[in-house]
Amino acid sequence: MLLIACPWCGPRDEAEFHYGGQAHVAHPDDPAALSDEEWARYLFFRDNPKGLFAERWSHAAGCRRWFNAVRDTATNEIHAVYRVGEPRPVNS
Amino acid sequence: MNPLPPHLPDHPDRLWRSAEPKRSYDVVIVGGGGHGLATAYYLAKNHGITDVAVLERGWLAGGNMARNTTIIRSNYLWDESAGIYEHALKLWEGLEEDLGYPLLFSQRGVLNLAHSLQDVRESVRRVNANRLNGVDAEWLTPEQVKEVCPIVEISPDVRYPVLGATFQPRAGIAKHDYVAWGFARAAADLGVDMIEHCEVTGLDVRDGRVTGVRTTRGPIAAKKVALAAAGHSSVVAGFAGVALPLQSHPLQALVSELLEPVHPTVVMSNAVHVYVSQAHKGELVMGAGIDAANSYRQRGAFHIIERQMAAALELFPVFARAHVLRTWGGVVDVTPDASPVVGLTPVEDLYVNCGWGTGGFKATPGVGWCYAHTVATGEPHPLNAPFSLDRFTTGRLVDEHGAAAVAH
Repeated sequence: MLLIACPWCGPRDEAEFHYGGQAHVAHPDDPAALSDEEWARYLFFRDNPKGLFAERWSHAAGCRRWFNAVRDTATNEIHAVYRVGEPRPVNS
Repeated sequence: MNPLPPHLPDHPDRLWRSAEPKRSYDVVIVGGGGHGLATAYYLAKNHGITDVAVLERGWLAGGNMARNTTIIRSNYLWDESAGIYEHALKLWEGLEEDLGYPLLFSQRGVLNLAHSLQDVRESVRRVNANRLNGVDAEWLTPEQVKEVCPIVEISPDVRYPVLGATFQPRAGIAKHDYVAWGFARAAADLGVDMIEHCEVTGLDVRDGRVTGVRTTRGPIAAKKVALAAAGHSSVVAGFAGVALPLQSHPLQALVSELLEPVHPTVVMSNAVHVYVSQAHKGELVMGAGIDAANSYRQRGAFHIIERQMAAALELFPVFARAHVLRTWGGVVDVTPDASPVVGLTPVEDLYVNCGWGTGGFKATPGVGWCYAHTVATGEPHPLNAPFSLDRFTTGRLVDEHGAAAVAH
Protein backbone atom coordinates (compact mmCIF):
# COMPACT_ATOMS: atom_id res chain seq x y z
CA MET A 1 0.00 0.00 0.00
CA LEU A 2 1.42 3.36 -1.00
CA LEU A 3 1.41 6.42 1.20
CA ILE A 4 0.85 9.28 -1.21
CA ALA A 5 1.36 12.93 -0.26
CA CYS A 6 -1.47 14.87 -1.88
CA PRO A 7 -0.11 18.40 -2.53
CA TRP A 8 -3.23 19.82 -0.85
CA CYS A 9 -4.17 17.28 1.83
CA GLY A 10 -0.88 15.73 2.84
CA PRO A 11 -0.01 12.04 3.16
CA ARG A 12 -2.95 9.72 2.62
CA ASP A 13 -3.54 6.05 2.00
CA GLU A 14 -3.36 4.82 -1.62
CA ALA A 15 -6.96 3.57 -1.39
CA GLU A 16 -8.12 7.24 -1.42
CA PHE A 17 -6.59 7.86 -4.83
CA HIS A 18 -7.42 7.17 -8.45
CA TYR A 19 -4.60 6.50 -10.88
CA GLY A 20 -4.24 8.43 -14.13
CA GLY A 21 -1.23 6.93 -15.88
CA GLN A 22 1.63 8.82 -17.49
CA ALA A 23 1.78 12.57 -16.88
CA HIS A 24 2.70 15.31 -19.35
CA VAL A 25 1.09 13.69 -22.41
CA ALA A 26 -0.11 16.67 -24.40
CA HIS A 27 -3.06 16.45 -26.76
CA PRO A 28 -1.73 17.05 -30.30
CA ASP A 29 -2.19 20.64 -31.48
CA ASP A 30 -3.61 19.53 -34.81
CA PRO A 31 -4.73 15.89 -34.68
CA ALA A 32 -5.87 15.90 -38.31
CA ALA A 33 -2.33 16.69 -39.41
CA LEU A 34 -0.87 13.57 -37.77
CA SER A 35 0.01 10.43 -39.67
CA ASP A 36 -1.66 7.20 -38.55
CA GLU A 37 1.63 6.24 -36.93
CA GLU A 38 1.80 9.49 -34.93
CA TRP A 39 -1.85 9.24 -33.92
CA ALA A 40 -1.31 5.64 -32.76
CA ARG A 41 1.65 6.82 -30.66
CA TYR A 42 -0.48 9.46 -28.99
CA LEU A 43 -3.46 7.17 -28.49
CA PHE A 44 -1.97 3.82 -27.47
CA PHE A 45 1.70 4.14 -26.52
CA ARG A 46 2.80 5.31 -23.09
CA ASP A 47 6.17 5.11 -21.42
CA ASN A 48 6.57 2.01 -19.27
CA PRO A 49 9.95 2.48 -17.58
CA LYS A 50 11.39 0.33 -14.84
CA GLY A 51 12.55 3.31 -12.83
CA LEU A 52 11.42 6.93 -12.45
CA PHE A 53 7.98 7.61 -13.92
CA ALA A 54 6.02 10.87 -13.91
CA GLU A 55 2.36 9.95 -13.40
CA ARG A 56 -1.02 11.45 -12.59
CA TRP A 57 -3.08 10.81 -9.48
CA SER A 58 -6.45 12.12 -8.39
CA HIS A 59 -7.31 12.38 -4.70
CA ALA A 60 -10.70 10.83 -5.47
CA ALA A 61 -11.80 10.27 -1.85
CA GLY A 62 -10.34 13.55 -0.63
CA CYS A 63 -10.05 16.94 -2.32
CA ARG A 64 -10.82 15.35 -5.72
CA ARG A 65 -7.99 17.29 -7.36
CA TRP A 66 -5.49 15.92 -9.86
CA PHE A 67 -1.76 16.20 -9.33
CA ASN A 68 1.44 14.60 -10.56
CA ALA A 69 3.99 12.39 -8.85
CA VAL A 70 7.38 11.01 -9.76
CA ARG A 71 7.60 7.41 -8.55
CA ASP A 72 10.21 4.72 -9.04
CA THR A 73 8.34 1.76 -10.53
CA ALA A 74 11.14 -0.60 -9.48
CA THR A 75 10.81 0.29 -5.78
CA ASN A 76 7.47 2.18 -5.56
CA GLU A 77 9.33 5.00 -3.76
CA ILE A 78 7.72 8.38 -4.47
CA HIS A 79 10.40 10.99 -5.17
CA ALA A 80 8.22 14.05 -5.69
CA VAL A 81 4.64 15.25 -5.88
CA TYR A 82 3.69 18.48 -7.65
CA ARG A 83 0.63 20.32 -8.85
CA VAL A 84 -0.80 20.14 -12.34
CA GLY A 85 0.79 22.81 -14.53
CA GLU A 86 4.09 22.70 -12.69
CA PRO A 87 7.05 21.22 -14.55
CA ARG A 88 8.45 17.84 -13.56
CA PRO A 89 10.97 18.54 -10.81
CA VAL A 90 14.57 18.20 -11.88
CA ASN A 91 16.62 15.52 -10.12
CA SER A 92 13.63 13.22 -9.99
CA MET B 1 33.08 -42.93 -2.59
CA ASN B 2 29.46 -42.08 -2.12
CA PRO B 3 29.22 -39.11 0.29
CA LEU B 4 25.59 -39.93 1.12
CA PRO B 5 24.65 -42.45 3.78
CA PRO B 6 23.66 -45.70 2.05
CA HIS B 7 20.07 -45.66 3.28
CA LEU B 8 19.20 -42.49 1.31
CA PRO B 9 17.83 -42.88 -2.22
CA ASP B 10 19.70 -41.50 -5.21
CA HIS B 11 18.82 -38.05 -6.49
CA PRO B 12 15.96 -38.37 -8.97
CA ASP B 13 16.79 -37.83 -12.62
CA ARG B 14 17.15 -34.20 -13.60
CA LEU B 15 14.29 -33.03 -15.80
CA TRP B 16 16.67 -30.99 -17.96
CA ARG B 17 20.38 -30.38 -18.08
CA SER B 18 21.51 -26.89 -17.10
CA ALA B 19 23.60 -25.55 -19.98
CA GLU B 20 26.48 -23.10 -20.20
CA PRO B 21 25.86 -20.40 -22.82
CA LYS B 22 27.51 -21.05 -26.20
CA ARG B 23 28.87 -18.16 -28.24
CA SER B 24 26.08 -18.30 -30.77
CA TYR B 25 22.69 -19.87 -31.50
CA ASP B 26 20.24 -19.98 -34.39
CA VAL B 27 17.53 -18.74 -32.04
CA VAL B 28 17.80 -17.10 -28.64
CA ILE B 29 14.58 -16.94 -26.63
CA VAL B 30 14.55 -14.22 -23.97
CA GLY B 31 12.46 -15.42 -21.04
CA GLY B 32 12.24 -18.92 -19.58
CA GLY B 33 8.60 -18.87 -18.59
CA GLY B 34 5.83 -20.99 -20.01
CA HIS B 35 5.68 -19.15 -23.31
CA GLY B 36 9.44 -19.19 -23.86
CA LEU B 37 9.69 -22.89 -23.02
CA ALA B 38 6.71 -23.84 -25.19
CA THR B 39 8.16 -21.82 -28.06
CA ALA B 40 11.49 -23.62 -27.70
CA TYR B 41 9.73 -27.00 -27.68
CA TYR B 42 7.70 -26.34 -30.83
CA LEU B 43 10.69 -24.76 -32.62
CA ALA B 44 12.49 -28.06 -32.11
CA LYS B 45 9.56 -30.40 -32.61
CA ASN B 46 7.61 -28.73 -35.43
CA HIS B 47 10.41 -26.96 -37.27
CA GLY B 48 13.53 -28.99 -36.53
CA ILE B 49 15.32 -25.93 -35.12
CA THR B 50 17.27 -27.23 -32.14
CA ASP B 51 20.20 -24.80 -31.92
CA VAL B 52 18.13 -22.78 -29.45
CA ALA B 53 18.88 -21.19 -26.09
CA VAL B 54 16.25 -20.16 -23.55
CA LEU B 55 17.70 -17.35 -21.40
CA GLU B 56 16.14 -16.78 -18.01
CA ARG B 57 17.27 -14.10 -15.57
CA GLY B 58 16.08 -16.07 -12.53
CA TRP B 59 15.20 -19.74 -12.47
CA LEU B 60 13.06 -21.42 -15.10
CA ALA B 61 9.38 -20.58 -14.80
CA GLY B 62 9.89 -18.54 -11.63
CA GLY B 63 8.05 -15.45 -12.88
CA ASN B 64 4.40 -15.33 -13.86
CA MET B 65 4.48 -19.04 -14.71
CA ALA B 66 4.87 -19.69 -10.97
CA ARG B 67 2.34 -17.04 -9.97
CA ASN B 68 -0.76 -17.51 -12.11
CA THR B 69 -4.06 -19.08 -11.10
CA THR B 70 -3.78 -21.84 -13.75
CA ILE B 71 -7.14 -21.25 -15.42
CA ILE B 72 -7.52 -22.62 -18.94
CA ARG B 73 -10.43 -21.67 -21.21
CA SER B 74 -11.11 -20.45 -24.73
CA ASN B 75 -14.48 -18.67 -24.45
CA TYR B 76 -13.38 -15.35 -25.88
CA LEU B 77 -15.68 -13.11 -27.88
CA TRP B 78 -13.91 -12.32 -31.13
CA ASP B 79 -12.99 -14.72 -33.93
CA GLU B 80 -9.29 -13.81 -33.67
CA SER B 81 -9.17 -14.67 -29.96
CA ALA B 82 -11.28 -17.80 -30.32
CA GLY B 83 -8.81 -18.94 -32.99
CA ILE B 84 -5.67 -18.83 -30.87
CA TYR B 85 -7.20 -19.74 -27.49
CA GLU B 86 -9.18 -22.68 -28.91
CA HIS B 87 -6.03 -23.86 -30.69
CA ALA B 88 -4.34 -23.75 -27.30
CA LEU B 89 -7.18 -25.65 -25.61
CA LYS B 90 -7.05 -28.40 -28.26
CA LEU B 91 -3.30 -28.71 -27.64
CA TRP B 92 -3.90 -28.84 -23.87
CA GLU B 93 -6.23 -31.79 -24.47
CA GLY B 94 -3.35 -33.85 -25.86
CA LEU B 95 -0.43 -32.24 -24.08
CA GLU B 96 0.26 -34.78 -21.34
CA GLU B 97 0.63 -37.47 -23.99
CA ASP B 98 2.64 -35.23 -26.29
CA LEU B 99 5.11 -34.18 -23.59
CA GLY B 100 5.08 -37.56 -21.87
CA TYR B 101 4.62 -35.77 -18.57
CA PRO B 102 1.69 -35.47 -16.13
CA LEU B 103 0.24 -31.96 -15.99
CA LEU B 104 -2.79 -32.54 -13.74
CA PHE B 105 -4.87 -31.11 -16.57
CA SER B 106 -8.45 -31.20 -15.33
CA GLN B 107 -11.37 -30.16 -17.55
CA ARG B 108 -13.70 -29.21 -14.74
CA GLY B 109 -15.35 -26.35 -16.65
CA VAL B 110 -15.48 -22.63 -16.02
CA LEU B 111 -18.43 -20.47 -15.02
CA ASN B 112 -18.32 -16.77 -15.92
CA LEU B 113 -20.99 -15.17 -13.75
CA ALA B 114 -23.34 -12.41 -14.84
CA HIS B 115 -24.54 -9.94 -12.19
CA SER B 116 -26.44 -7.32 -14.18
CA LEU B 117 -28.72 -7.13 -17.19
CA GLN B 118 -25.78 -5.80 -19.20
CA ASP B 119 -23.66 -8.77 -18.07
CA VAL B 120 -26.46 -11.13 -19.10
CA ARG B 121 -26.73 -9.65 -22.59
CA GLU B 122 -22.98 -9.67 -23.14
CA SER B 123 -22.69 -13.19 -21.80
CA VAL B 124 -25.43 -14.60 -24.03
CA ARG B 125 -23.84 -12.84 -26.98
CA ARG B 126 -20.50 -14.40 -26.08
CA VAL B 127 -22.06 -17.86 -25.83
CA ASN B 128 -23.48 -17.44 -29.33
CA ALA B 129 -20.17 -16.14 -30.69
CA ASN B 130 -18.32 -19.05 -29.06
CA ARG B 131 -20.64 -21.60 -30.64
CA LEU B 132 -20.22 -20.07 -34.08
CA ASN B 133 -16.47 -20.53 -33.59
CA GLY B 134 -16.80 -24.16 -32.49
CA VAL B 135 -16.05 -23.32 -28.85
CA ASP B 136 -18.25 -25.20 -26.37
CA ALA B 137 -20.42 -22.76 -24.45
CA GLU B 138 -23.75 -22.76 -22.66
CA TRP B 139 -25.89 -20.17 -20.91
CA LEU B 140 -26.96 -21.30 -17.45
CA THR B 141 -29.71 -19.98 -15.21
CA PRO B 142 -28.88 -19.34 -11.54
CA GLU B 143 -30.40 -22.72 -10.62
CA GLN B 144 -28.23 -24.45 -13.21
CA VAL B 145 -25.22 -22.58 -11.86
CA LYS B 146 -26.04 -24.02 -8.44
CA GLU B 147 -26.17 -27.52 -9.92
CA VAL B 148 -22.69 -27.15 -11.42
CA CYS B 149 -21.23 -25.48 -8.34
CA PRO B 150 -23.39 -26.01 -5.22
CA ILE B 151 -21.42 -23.63 -3.00
CA VAL B 152 -22.22 -20.52 -5.08
CA GLU B 153 -24.68 -18.18 -3.37
CA ILE B 154 -27.54 -17.49 -5.82
CA SER B 155 -29.88 -15.66 -3.47
CA PRO B 156 -31.30 -12.45 -4.97
CA ASP B 157 -30.66 -10.64 -1.67
CA VAL B 158 -26.98 -9.92 -2.14
CA ARG B 159 -25.24 -6.83 -3.45
CA TYR B 160 -24.41 -8.44 -6.81
CA PRO B 161 -26.87 -11.30 -7.33
CA VAL B 162 -26.02 -14.09 -9.76
CA LEU B 163 -28.33 -13.70 -12.74
CA GLY B 164 -26.80 -16.57 -14.66
CA ALA B 165 -23.49 -17.63 -16.11
CA THR B 166 -21.73 -18.80 -19.21
CA PHE B 167 -20.33 -22.30 -18.87
CA GLN B 168 -17.50 -23.83 -20.87
CA PRO B 169 -17.31 -27.51 -19.85
CA ARG B 170 -13.96 -28.14 -21.62
CA ALA B 171 -12.23 -25.38 -19.64
CA GLY B 172 -10.30 -26.20 -16.48
CA ILE B 173 -6.99 -25.98 -14.71
CA ALA B 174 -3.53 -27.57 -14.88
CA LYS B 175 -0.56 -27.66 -12.53
CA HIS B 176 1.49 -24.68 -13.71
CA ASP B 177 4.87 -25.94 -12.48
CA TYR B 178 4.37 -29.31 -14.15
CA VAL B 179 3.51 -27.55 -17.42
CA ALA B 180 6.77 -25.62 -17.32
CA TRP B 181 8.78 -28.68 -16.34
CA GLY B 182 7.10 -30.79 -19.03
CA PHE B 183 7.95 -28.29 -21.76
CA ALA B 184 11.48 -27.73 -20.42
CA ARG B 185 12.20 -31.45 -20.23
CA ALA B 186 10.83 -32.14 -23.70
CA ALA B 187 12.65 -29.18 -25.25
CA ALA B 188 15.94 -30.09 -23.55
CA ASP B 189 15.58 -33.67 -24.82
CA LEU B 190 15.40 -32.23 -28.35
CA GLY B 191 18.64 -30.28 -27.81
CA VAL B 192 17.52 -26.88 -26.50
CA ASP B 193 19.87 -25.21 -23.99
CA MET B 194 18.21 -23.99 -20.76
CA ILE B 195 20.35 -21.17 -19.37
CA GLU B 196 19.26 -19.87 -15.99
CA HIS B 197 20.54 -16.85 -14.03
CA CYS B 198 21.35 -15.16 -17.33
CA GLU B 199 19.78 -11.72 -17.58
CA VAL B 200 19.64 -9.97 -20.95
CA THR B 201 21.11 -6.48 -20.59
CA GLY B 202 21.17 -5.41 -24.22
CA LEU B 203 20.30 -6.30 -27.80
CA ASP B 204 22.83 -5.87 -30.61
CA VAL B 205 21.24 -4.31 -33.66
CA ARG B 206 23.22 -3.67 -36.83
CA ASP B 207 21.70 -2.14 -39.99
CA GLY B 208 18.20 -2.67 -38.67
CA ARG B 209 18.83 -6.35 -37.91
CA VAL B 210 19.34 -8.00 -34.55
CA THR B 211 22.61 -9.93 -34.31
CA GLY B 212 22.72 -11.05 -30.71
CA VAL B 213 22.07 -10.37 -27.07
CA ARG B 214 24.25 -9.06 -24.27
CA THR B 215 23.80 -10.84 -20.98
CA THR B 216 25.14 -10.97 -17.45
CA ARG B 217 26.97 -14.10 -18.62
CA GLY B 218 28.54 -12.47 -21.67
CA PRO B 219 27.47 -11.71 -25.24
CA ILE B 220 25.64 -14.36 -27.27
CA ALA B 221 25.28 -14.08 -31.04
CA ALA B 222 21.94 -15.09 -32.54
CA LYS B 223 20.45 -15.34 -36.02
CA LYS B 224 17.06 -14.66 -34.51
CA VAL B 225 15.93 -13.34 -31.14
CA ALA B 226 12.46 -14.11 -29.78
CA LEU B 227 11.28 -12.03 -26.82
CA ALA B 228 9.00 -13.70 -24.29
CA ALA B 229 9.66 -11.53 -21.26
CA ALA B 230 6.09 -10.84 -20.07
CA GLY B 231 6.09 -7.96 -17.55
CA HIS B 232 9.59 -6.88 -18.57
CA SER B 233 8.86 -6.82 -22.32
CA SER B 234 8.99 -3.01 -22.52
CA VAL B 235 12.42 -3.01 -20.90
CA VAL B 236 13.87 -5.71 -23.16
CA ALA B 237 12.34 -4.42 -26.41
CA GLY B 238 13.59 -0.97 -25.43
CA PHE B 239 17.17 -2.29 -25.79
CA ALA B 240 16.49 -2.40 -29.55
CA GLY B 241 14.57 0.86 -29.60
CA VAL B 242 11.23 -0.93 -30.14
CA ALA B 243 8.32 0.75 -28.35
CA LEU B 244 5.45 -1.49 -27.27
CA PRO B 245 1.94 -0.39 -26.24
CA LEU B 246 2.29 -1.94 -22.79
CA GLN B 247 1.86 -0.92 -19.20
CA SER B 248 3.30 -3.20 -16.50
CA HIS B 249 1.14 -3.74 -13.42
CA PRO B 250 1.23 -5.99 -10.36
CA LEU B 251 -1.40 -8.72 -10.38
CA GLN B 252 -2.11 -10.45 -7.09
CA ALA B 253 -3.38 -13.87 -6.15
CA LEU B 254 -3.71 -15.90 -3.00
CA VAL B 255 -4.36 -19.39 -1.69
CA SER B 256 -6.18 -20.65 1.37
CA GLU B 257 -5.06 -23.42 3.66
CA LEU B 258 -5.71 -26.97 2.40
CA LEU B 259 -9.39 -27.84 2.51
CA GLU B 260 -11.57 -30.82 1.69
CA PRO B 261 -12.83 -30.75 -1.90
CA VAL B 262 -15.68 -28.23 -1.91
CA HIS B 263 -15.32 -26.44 -5.24
CA PRO B 264 -15.79 -28.65 -8.30
CA THR B 265 -15.23 -26.13 -11.09
CA VAL B 266 -13.75 -22.70 -11.82
CA VAL B 267 -15.82 -19.60 -11.07
CA MET B 268 -14.98 -16.19 -12.47
CA SER B 269 -16.75 -12.90 -11.98
CA ASN B 270 -15.57 -9.78 -13.76
CA ALA B 271 -18.10 -7.59 -12.01
CA VAL B 272 -16.90 -8.35 -8.50
CA HIS B 273 -13.26 -8.89 -9.51
CA VAL B 274 -12.53 -12.38 -8.37
CA TYR B 275 -11.88 -15.83 -9.79
CA VAL B 276 -11.71 -19.00 -7.76
CA SER B 277 -10.84 -22.64 -8.20
CA GLN B 278 -9.61 -25.37 -5.88
CA ALA B 279 -6.23 -26.90 -6.58
CA HIS B 280 -5.77 -30.66 -6.55
CA LYS B 281 -3.94 -30.38 -3.24
CA GLY B 282 -6.93 -28.60 -1.71
CA GLU B 283 -6.06 -24.90 -1.57
CA LEU B 284 -8.63 -22.44 -2.81
CA VAL B 285 -6.82 -20.41 -5.46
CA MET B 286 -8.10 -16.88 -5.98
CA GLY B 287 -7.01 -14.12 -8.29
CA ALA B 288 -7.70 -10.41 -8.07
CA GLY B 289 -7.72 -7.55 -10.53
CA ILE B 290 -4.52 -5.68 -11.34
CA ASP B 291 -3.19 -2.92 -9.13
CA ALA B 292 -3.98 0.33 -10.94
CA ALA B 293 -0.55 1.95 -10.79
CA ASN B 294 2.31 0.82 -13.03
CA SER B 295 4.95 -1.11 -11.13
CA TYR B 296 7.62 -3.74 -11.62
CA ARG B 297 7.43 -4.86 -8.01
CA GLN B 298 6.07 -8.38 -7.59
CA ARG B 299 3.69 -7.32 -4.86
CA GLY B 300 0.55 -5.25 -4.68
CA ALA B 301 -1.56 -3.23 -2.28
CA PHE B 302 -3.55 -4.91 0.47
CA HIS B 303 -6.81 -3.13 -0.29
CA ILE B 304 -6.98 -5.05 -3.58
CA ILE B 305 -6.81 -8.34 -1.65
CA GLU B 306 -9.39 -7.06 0.80
CA ARG B 307 -11.88 -6.25 -1.98
CA GLN B 308 -11.19 -9.57 -3.64
CA MET B 309 -11.90 -11.45 -0.41
CA ALA B 310 -15.09 -9.46 0.15
CA ALA B 311 -16.25 -10.39 -3.34
CA ALA B 312 -15.32 -14.05 -2.84
CA LEU B 313 -17.16 -14.21 0.49
CA GLU B 314 -20.34 -12.83 -0.99
CA LEU B 315 -20.27 -15.42 -3.75
CA PHE B 316 -19.11 -18.24 -1.46
CA PRO B 317 -20.33 -17.72 2.13
CA VAL B 318 -18.86 -21.15 2.95
CA PHE B 319 -15.35 -19.63 2.67
CA ALA B 320 -15.95 -17.42 5.73
CA ARG B 321 -13.87 -19.56 8.08
CA ALA B 322 -11.09 -20.36 5.62
CA HIS B 323 -7.70 -18.86 6.32
CA VAL B 324 -5.47 -17.17 3.80
CA LEU B 325 -2.23 -19.08 3.62
CA ARG B 326 -0.21 -16.99 1.20
CA THR B 327 -0.58 -13.98 -1.09
CA TRP B 328 1.80 -12.91 -3.85
CA GLY B 329 2.06 -10.78 -6.95
CA GLY B 330 3.46 -10.95 -10.45
CA VAL B 331 4.13 -8.26 -13.03
CA VAL B 332 1.81 -8.39 -16.03
CA ASP B 333 2.08 -6.46 -19.30
CA VAL B 334 -1.27 -5.02 -20.30
CA THR B 335 -2.22 -3.73 -23.76
CA PRO B 336 -4.88 -1.13 -24.60
CA ASP B 337 -7.23 -3.75 -26.12
CA ALA B 338 -6.59 -6.59 -23.62
CA SER B 339 -5.22 -8.75 -26.43
CA PRO B 340 -1.61 -9.88 -26.86
CA VAL B 341 1.05 -8.71 -29.28
CA VAL B 342 2.66 -11.61 -31.15
CA GLY B 343 4.72 -11.25 -34.28
CA LEU B 344 7.38 -9.28 -36.09
CA THR B 345 8.98 -6.03 -34.95
CA PRO B 346 10.46 -3.13 -36.93
CA VAL B 347 13.87 -4.74 -36.25
CA GLU B 348 14.62 -7.62 -38.60
CA ASP B 349 14.92 -11.08 -37.01
CA LEU B 350 13.63 -9.71 -33.70
CA TYR B 351 10.26 -11.14 -32.70
CA VAL B 352 7.95 -10.21 -29.89
CA ASN B 353 5.43 -12.12 -27.80
CA CYS B 354 3.96 -9.97 -25.04
CA GLY B 355 0.88 -8.19 -23.81
CA TRP B 356 -0.87 -11.30 -22.50
CA GLY B 357 -1.73 -9.24 -19.44
CA THR B 358 -3.57 -11.24 -16.83
CA GLY B 359 -4.22 -14.33 -18.95
CA GLY B 360 -1.16 -15.80 -20.63
CA PHE B 361 -1.09 -19.19 -18.91
CA LYS B 362 -4.06 -20.68 -20.77
CA ALA B 363 -2.47 -19.79 -24.10
CA THR B 364 0.88 -21.45 -23.32
CA PRO B 365 0.84 -24.33 -25.85
CA GLY B 366 -1.09 -22.35 -28.47
CA VAL B 367 1.19 -19.35 -28.44
CA GLY B 368 4.27 -21.56 -28.28
CA TRP B 369 3.06 -23.32 -31.42
CA CYS B 370 2.24 -20.10 -33.31
CA TYR B 371 5.22 -18.07 -32.10
CA ALA B 372 7.59 -20.89 -33.07
CA HIS B 373 6.06 -20.83 -36.56
CA THR B 374 6.49 -17.05 -36.70
CA VAL B 375 10.13 -17.22 -35.65
CA ALA B 376 10.97 -20.22 -37.84
CA THR B 377 9.42 -18.90 -41.04
CA GLY B 378 9.74 -15.15 -40.52
CA GLU B 379 5.99 -14.86 -41.21
CA PRO B 380 3.19 -14.71 -38.65
CA HIS B 381 1.20 -17.92 -38.19
CA PRO B 382 -2.38 -17.28 -39.41
CA LEU B 383 -3.62 -17.55 -35.82
CA ASN B 384 -1.33 -14.82 -34.49
CA ALA B 385 -1.38 -12.58 -37.59
CA PRO B 386 -4.33 -10.57 -36.14
CA PHE B 387 -2.21 -9.83 -33.05
CA SER B 388 0.54 -7.94 -34.87
CA LEU B 389 2.05 -4.77 -33.46
CA ASP B 390 0.73 -2.69 -36.38
CA ARG B 391 -2.91 -3.20 -35.38
CA PHE B 392 -2.50 -0.15 -33.15
CA THR B 393 -1.73 1.90 -36.27
CA THR B 394 -4.34 0.36 -38.56
CA GLY B 395 -6.94 0.52 -35.80
CA ARG B 396 -7.84 -3.15 -36.20
CA LEU B 397 -7.90 -3.78 -32.46
CA VAL B 398 -9.14 -7.02 -30.88
CA ASP B 399 -11.08 -5.64 -27.93
CA GLU B 400 -11.38 -8.41 -25.36
CA HIS B 401 -12.09 -6.30 -22.29
CA GLY B 402 -15.46 -7.99 -21.96
CA ALA B 403 -14.00 -11.50 -21.87
CA ALA B 404 -10.69 -10.66 -20.36
CA ALA B 405 -10.13 -7.35 -18.65
CA VAL B 406 -10.13 -8.27 -14.99
CA ALA B 407 -10.42 -12.00 -14.79
CA HIS B 408 -8.55 -13.13 -17.85
